[in-house]
Amino acid sequence: MTDTTDEIETDESAEIEEPAPPPGVPITVNGEVFYAAPGRNLIDACEDAGVYVPRFCYHPRMTPVGMCRMCLIEVDTGRGPALTPSCMLTVSDGMVVETETEAVKKAQDGVLELLLINHPLDCPVCDKGGECPLQDQTMSYGPGESRFVEEKRHFEKPIPISDTVYLDRERCILCDRCTRFAAEVAGDPLIHFMGRGNQTEVNTFPDDPFSSYFSGNTVQICPVGALTAKPYRFKARPWDLSEVASTYPNAMGDRITIQSSRNEVLRYLGVDSDAVNWGWLTDRDRFSFEATMSEQRLTAPLMRGDGLGNVDDGGDELVATTWAVALQRLVTALEDADNNAGPESVAVLGGAQLTNEGQYAWARFAKGVIGTDSIDAQMGDGLPADIVASMPRTTISQACAKGGTIVLLSGDPKEELGSLYLRLRHAVVHDGATLIELTPNETGLTKHAAHSVRVRPGEVASVAAALVTGTGGDELAAASAAITGADSVSVICGRTSLADNASLTVDAINTFASLDTVRFLPALRRSNVHGAIDLGLTPGMLPGRTSLDAARAAFTAAWGSVPAKAGRDTAGILADAAAGKIAVLFLLGADPLADFPDPELAKAALDGAGLVISIDPFVNESAAYGADIVMPAAAFGEVDGSHTNLEGRITPLRQKVTPPGTARPDWMIAAELAMRLGKDMGFASVADITNEIAAVSPMHANADAAAIDAASDGVLVSGGPAWTDQGAPTPAPAYDRYSFRLVVDRTMYDGGTQTTMCPSIAELSKPGAVRISSTEASKLGVRDGAIVRISSQRASVEGPVVIDDRVASGIAAVAHNHVGLDIRSLIDMNELVTDVRIETV
Amino acid sequence: MPFEKVVTRRFDNLEAHKIDTYVATGGYASLRKALDTTPEAVHNEVKAASVLGRGGAGFPAGVKWGFCPPGVWPRYLVVNGDESEPGTYKDRQLLERDPHQVIEGCLLACYAVGLTQCFLYIRGEMAHAQERVAAALNEAYEAGYVGKNILGTDFSVDIVLHWGAGAYIVGEETALIESLEGNRGMPRLKPPFFPAAVGLYGQPTIVNNVETLANLPWIVEHGAEAYTAMGAENSKGTRVFAVSGHVNNPGVFEVEFGTTTFRDIIEGSDYAGGVRDGKKLKAFIPGGASAPWFFEEHLDLPLEKTAVDQAGSMLGSGAIVVMDQDTDMVKACHNLVRFFARESCGKCTPCREGTTWLERILSRIIAGHGRPSDLSLLTEVCENISPGIAWPPKQTTICPLGPSAVSPIASSIERFRNEFEDYITLSDRRVIPVGAA
Amino acid sequence: MPRLSESNLRIAHEIISRYPRAKSALIPLLHLSQEQDGYVADDAMKHLAELLDLTPAEVLGTCSFYEMFKREPVGDYRINICHGIACHLLGADDLIHHAEESLGVRQGTVTGDGISIEGVECIAACTEAPCLQVNYRYMNKVDNAGFDALVDGIRDGSVSVPKHGTLALTRQSISEDKAAGNSMVESNDPPAWWPEPAAAEGGN
Ligand SMILES: Cc1cc2nc3c(=O)[nH]c(=O)nc-3n(C[C@H](O)[C@H](O)[C@H](O)COP(=O)(O)O)c2cc1C
Ligand code: SF4
Ligand code: FES
Repeated sequence: MTDTTDEIETDESAEIEEPAPPPGVPITVNGEVFYAAPGRNLIDACEDAGVYVPRFCYHPRMTPVGMCRMCLIEVDTGRGPALTPSCMLTVSDGMVVETETEAVKKAQDGVLELLLINHPLDCPVCDKGGECPLQDQTMSYGPGESRFVEEKRHFEKPIPISDTVYLDRERCILCDRCTRFAAEVAGDPLIHFMGRGNQTEVNTFPDDPFSSYFSGNTVQICPVGALTAKPYRFKARPWDLSEVASTYPNAMGDRITIQSSRNEVLRYLGVDSDAVNWGWLTDRDRFSFEATMSEQRLTAPLMRGDGLGNVDDGGDELVATTWAVALQRLVTALEDADNNAGPESVAVLGGAQLTNEGQYAWARFAKGVIGTDSIDAQMGDGLPADIVASMPRTTISQACAKGGTIVLLSGDPKEELGSLYLRLRHAVVHDGATLIELTPNETGLTKHAAHSVRVRPGEVASVAAALVTGTGGDELAAASAAITGADSVSVICGRTSLADNASLTVDAINTFASLDTVRFLPALRRSNVHGAIDLGLTPGMLPGRTSLDAARAAFTAAWGSVPAKAGRDTAGILADAAAGKIAVLFLLGADPLADFPDPELAKAALDGAGLVISIDPFVNESAAYGADIVMPAAAFGEVDGSHTNLEGRITPLRQKVTPPGTARPDWMIAAELAMRLGKDMGFASVADITNEIAAVSPMHANADAAAIDAASDGVLVSGGPAWTDQGAPTPAPAYDRYSFRLVVDRTMYDGGTQTTMCPSIAELSKPGAVRISSTEASKLGVRDGAIVRISSQRASVEGPVVIDDRVASGIAAVAHNHVGLDIRSLIDMNELVTDVRIETV
Repeated sequence: MPFEKVVTRRFDNLEAHKIDTYVATGGYASLRKALDTTPEAVHNEVKAASVLGRGGAGFPAGVKWGFCPPGVWPRYLVVNGDESEPGTYKDRQLLERDPHQVIEGCLLACYAVGLTQCFLYIRGEMAHAQERVAAALNEAYEAGYVGKNILGTDFSVDIVLHWGAGAYIVGEETALIESLEGNRGMPRLKPPFFPAAVGLYGQPTIVNNVETLANLPWIVEHGAEAYTAMGAENSKGTRVFAVSGHVNNPGVFEVEFGTTTFRDIIEGSDYAGGVRDGKKLKAFIPGGASAPWFFEEHLDLPLEKTAVDQAGSMLGSGAIVVMDQDTDMVKACHNLVRFFARESCGKCTPCREGTTWLERILSRIIAGHGRPSDLSLLTEVCENISPGIAWPPKQTTICPLGPSAVSPIASSIERFRNEFEDYITLSDRRVIPVGAA
Repeated sequence: MPRLSESNLRIAHEIISRYPRAKSALIPLLHLSQEQDGYVADDAMKHLAELLDLTPAEVLGTCSFYEMFKREPVGDYRINICHGIACHLLGADDLIHHAEESLGVRQGTVTGDGISIEGVECIAACTEAPCLQVNYRYMNKVDNAGFDALVDGIRDGSVSVPKHGTLALTRQSISEDKAAGNSMVESNDPPAWWPEPAAAEGGN
């Protein structure tokens, strides 16, 4: 049987964070003396001492409420033993605790009996059957048979409280976990206790669903089967499931368990990792197993062919073929490229979603085997790799420390990095951290920010300078004091808008880096983009956050050779391809047509490149348009390896099911190609690669396969070149007040594969629109939903308006990759910012 | 013994709710007097008077005031005017008939303890009391007794009239605070939420009953010594009791603590005038629905905290409910249990599920579907709520509401078991023979 | 008109201004919307949520806890007959029975002309049992005949009681120049009249 309760996992993480338990004060639990930290919750302290006190309402990540009364124990604080809920007491010196006396047992039995009088006793058909604390505790503590002869409380059968979650109020034991989560953790109090007394129920306001990005967590923490997730309902019987601990491949590296049955992934559950996600997951990630299990997964290699399915280079269709044929075609092309235009005519785009091992294998394949440095995992929407590699880093927990100071200089974490948002929110709302927000529009954290500064695109560096030097005038004085007066400041840095040039953000980072107290947490969001940067999947760099030139000697020794000169980044590669200079273009899970800020250039590149190979679990838009060969890649859950998160934490990522058809792990494809080119890299297993990384990259020396396996909270790696001053910032471009400055931001649910391939959440993606404030809308005389023309120097597009007062005045915001409004043609990547006009049509 | 009415002294004057009448009869003199001394002096006077809280728990007000942690500001005063305990009817009278006395009491407490804002929480259903208090506050603001720089001093405090919306549990002090914060009136756990330390908005907060505060003007005016000259060893001063039920002359009476007995107040001709229609007393509730019942043999107990506590019950909210010999004790018990079941806030399991279960068993018995096992079942469910069914009650619950439902069951089953058995054996019996007790 | 009217909105803002935290005004504001519409409509709760920066679910969570708030129209006259212990002993059950018979409605339902009855818990008039309230105005020592007379009076207008929803006819008003002002949690200042710490810290 699987055990999915959060309690078990806390235990694990506690071990990691506190290797030597603090000496603490003595407490006596059931006659034995233990030492516990004063102030530690007694129910946890008992558990540390190996004494498990049953509970329903207590959850270690939420404020205790002491409601269910299951955890009643006897505590003697000097006036004789008294029944007290252990979740509401904290350890104090000399406490005497009894958890197994007659009185305790009687009280706990009584609570169970009372909980069961209104709870259905149909465990065999309940989704929670087999992993239900109520069921378990009834077995181990409970009375035999119900003496309740009256009719049970009735409610309408399970009701959908959101698009993904159902609530069965008859099963609910009113423990306040889901409602507390909604209010306290997610900050979306859309479910609430309603009614009173025996008629109390959890519900939403009529027609106002629990539409929270984090709703699935309530299903996980519900101690009974009252909340169920639409994507799992009745699919999984807990006793059929087997599971493995893994890491979700998002930039936070959320710790999860993958559960499957008969080679089918059925569920992801968050693991309470103290260092990372505290057990929480976004719905997008939690339910994304649907994409892995999608019917649309690619099961065999495809090549261009004719309508009859015959492979034919001139064909319009993509037709199934074998690996042998596809690889042979590719090897020939690579050899030709090398012979004709040299290794620089081969380029690789993408790779951010690979495991560390996949990334390393591809970096070595491109740079060591082929000899090209034109390889870039970022699609023009991130930050320069050398900047990320050299910024002084902090960790999530340091950034979120009690009473800390946080500067937000990135996209909205609530939309882009859900579990980071929850950690930041907790720090600010519950742990007294001071948040200073420097964003063009309001974010999910604005409500909690001590200073929320609206920064117009292009002006972030000057605002940063004003804050750092205290020259910002009244408006910024308080924020400036908060930053300069703090002992340590964590800057969460990323791109606030894809319509700005990345150099603007770099300028701001550079300004903050002038303060010794500042450390950074890069908020790049693409899955394992930090692994990609650390492992050299980026031009001009080699594994270990080091430049090509600095590590040339070492890697020549390790790999045989490295490229003579630095290659080009994604924009450069696409430009070269469009100009016919690229003979072989690999798309390593990349979809430039959908993702690159300049789709015209992406299209020209696919047209102009010699042979285009897409290696991906799906046939993406770019592959359908212009790939000559598509190779099916194994997806998350189907590969082993490790992952690097935004703080540099390396955690294991585990295979649970086998890939569909003949799909293969990315690393294997690189290894196979190298072999066929006669330059075997010597990789027989994932561990070989992990260990090679540890051997060749000094910063990874402590992260070999055994070390990663042994540490459940992962191995934190650090290093890289010292920060170098980037020089004077580019002056802010002039702003004319008849224009809107364009902000292209991201939302949780967009048109990306992860959303569109999951039936349960695909619907949640909103149609594209240009968002402006109500003041701007009334100035323009447009109403919500009106169609407008949006024009820049470069192009113009039409789309609907959405009035959104979180958007600052003078700004037009458009979310990236939403169906119905593609704004990218308006952006000139060479400009610093993009100004647009909006007209009614 | 000297005995002077304290809080009901203006009840005969039907104009007392108006500020002119109030001032003309000595009102706000105590405030002036207090402002001439230090807060500490006022606090000490109240402490010396050892005025017991009138909300139910009977905790000395002056001592409670001292529990505010030093140096933590602001501190608030929350006045408990939620009066909803069955049988209790005195705070409403004080609010309707002499609202300025309550206001003056609030001001004295604020001055003495350094409370800078006062919320006067009146039960939602009491429209008239709300009107009277609103009018009185408007007058008092106008006359400079409340608000900024009271009577030209630097004593400033707002008294905000707030009112509830129908929930007995909101009378419990932590639930009152929750309610005042705009939340569901669900009690908080003590510890850590002792209001004096962590109360309204997490700040030190004094919660006092309306009647408790109404005593203060008299005490400041006449001094603690005059106050403690009245009453008994552990219950000083006077106390207001409402006597209701099967009596000839139900009413609200202010009596001297300790010297008056239950017999005096129930049978005395100045008081309730004895059981109606010459019938015999079967039982009486000495201090509100939560209190264990008393019988004939308790009549000569003095109205005094210690004596009543020792006899296994409490004076609670000052509500005496008299039941005559014809009373159907199963129905009376059911009536009280139904009250607690309906009023349970639902926060904690034993009360939410247990009180409802008790009510359903009792109504099943009354409907003629009782089972022989029901009496032990009732007792065992009671045990789950209040282990040991003792007095003072132990509780598995968060607040005393759940255990309150246990008192009437324990009292009635112990004394009138035969009535329950009769219901169970004679399924469609509706009438109880005279003298069944 | 389930959102608050202009004039009620002004009252609402005044009420909100009396509390250090806006949410404290929620119950008074729910009363205000019930006073306006006779019940608390969903749209009214949404409006209150906007005013107090809450979600509608939070507003409903509070609203649904309290007996007095009705979420559907309940008629202009609600007769709450007390069935608390004192009234029970003096015949409340019979009175409720009589009321049901004579009005031809059950507890919780409304007559065609807008009268409803309900048995309620103790209303703090125990010495006047059996008693009742019409729209929260007391009627003491009511027997069957008294009840019938009351209903007749309501019907012919001789018993004048404000319609359901209106509580106190007098509102508190605190003029700005007289107000001491809210004690904000964030300010950690001792009261102006408080002696220096050495003298009387802690109040005793
Ligand atoms: C269930 C319950 C209901 C209560 N109801 C009231 C009430 O209506 N009025 C009141 O003053 N105190 C009530 N109390 C007592 C209060 O919690 C609190 O002790 C009292 O207001 C303190 O004021 P005092 O010290 O002046 O008595 C109640 C307590 C409980 C447990
Ligand atoms: S004992 Fe009853 S009223 Fe008190 S907190 Fe528990 S459920 Fe609420
Ligand atoms: S776990 Fe402590 S009361 Fe619920």
